Amino acid sequence: MTAQHSNHTHSARDPRCLEVFARLSEYLDGELDETDCRLIEEHIEGCEPCVEFLRSLRRSIEASHHYAAKVEPGRIPPELEERLKQAWQAALARRRSA
Amino acid sequence: MEWARRLLAGDASAFTPFVESIQHRVFQYTWLMCGQREDAEEVAQETLLKVFENFDQLQDPERVRAWVFRIAKNFCLMKRRRSVFAPERELSLDELLPGTEDMPRSTQLEDRGELPDERLLRAELGQQLERALRELPETYRSVVLLRDVEGLSTAETAEILDLSIDAVKQRLHRGRLALRKSLARYLGGNGEGKQP
Ligand SMILES: [Zn+2]
Repeated sequence: MTAQHSNHTHSARDPRCLEVFARLSEYLDGELDETDCRLIEEHIEGCEPCVEFLRSLRRSIEASHHYAAKVEPGRIPPELEERLKQAWQAALARRRSA
Repeated sequence: MEWARRLLAGDASAFTPFVESIQHRVFQYTWLMCGQREDAEEVAQETLLKVFENFDQLQDPERVRAWVFRIAKNFCLMKRRRSVFAPERELSLDELLPGTEDMPRSTQLEDRGELPDERLLRAELGQQLERALRELPETYRSVVLLRDVEGLSTAETAEILDLSIDAVKQRLHRGRLALRKSLARYLGGNGEGKQP
């Protein structure tokens, strides 16, 4: 089956590709069982559009992993920092006496 | 999280790194959910206060990130009326498939025997990512932010957003596909994979 469509012209509507597209996130996240995983890999190996799609999807997910906002939060105001410390200490005291 | 464990043990040297890390993460999440700098500052501060006020309720330091983000999400929701980025709507798998918008460009480049400059693409991708994230409808954006930007697990994300595991997976997948589509021009068409 793999060989049969290794040279097929790209159609995003090919039902075999559609099935793969629907499960790519689970595939990339390692959430598929071995059988499903192998089925997807067997299809992708012979299918250029799926290879390309997987590559671009993976790349865009990696971009999200590395996202860092260009704006940064300002410093915590000293009064708030003081309140946070007091709340922390009070919580610890409650925890000890519980 | 190591700092949370140390704070629970009363270690004062963990205080500042813990506060800065939470502030940073929550600020970034809110910045992408609400879009206003002041909102992001406020949500980060409100979250920190609530976290410390309830710190004795944190049973397992391993779960601190999910706990913090659950608090942050609720503060963030209160600001939602101000979010104007993306209309709320369902994304169908069908509209997220590779279409004509991404493929032609890579073919074009290939035809001329040119490869897009990797560094240029990378820089542009970074700039476009924030726009693309914000254009995601909120239901998808919150899942993508927690899973892919913050690196939380599917189970943690489900807990934070009150969703089932399946709903998280479905929204994550559609959100990712929408991002991919929106960023397609900046992802490089034929860098590694050779076209036949
Ligand atoms: Zn395919």
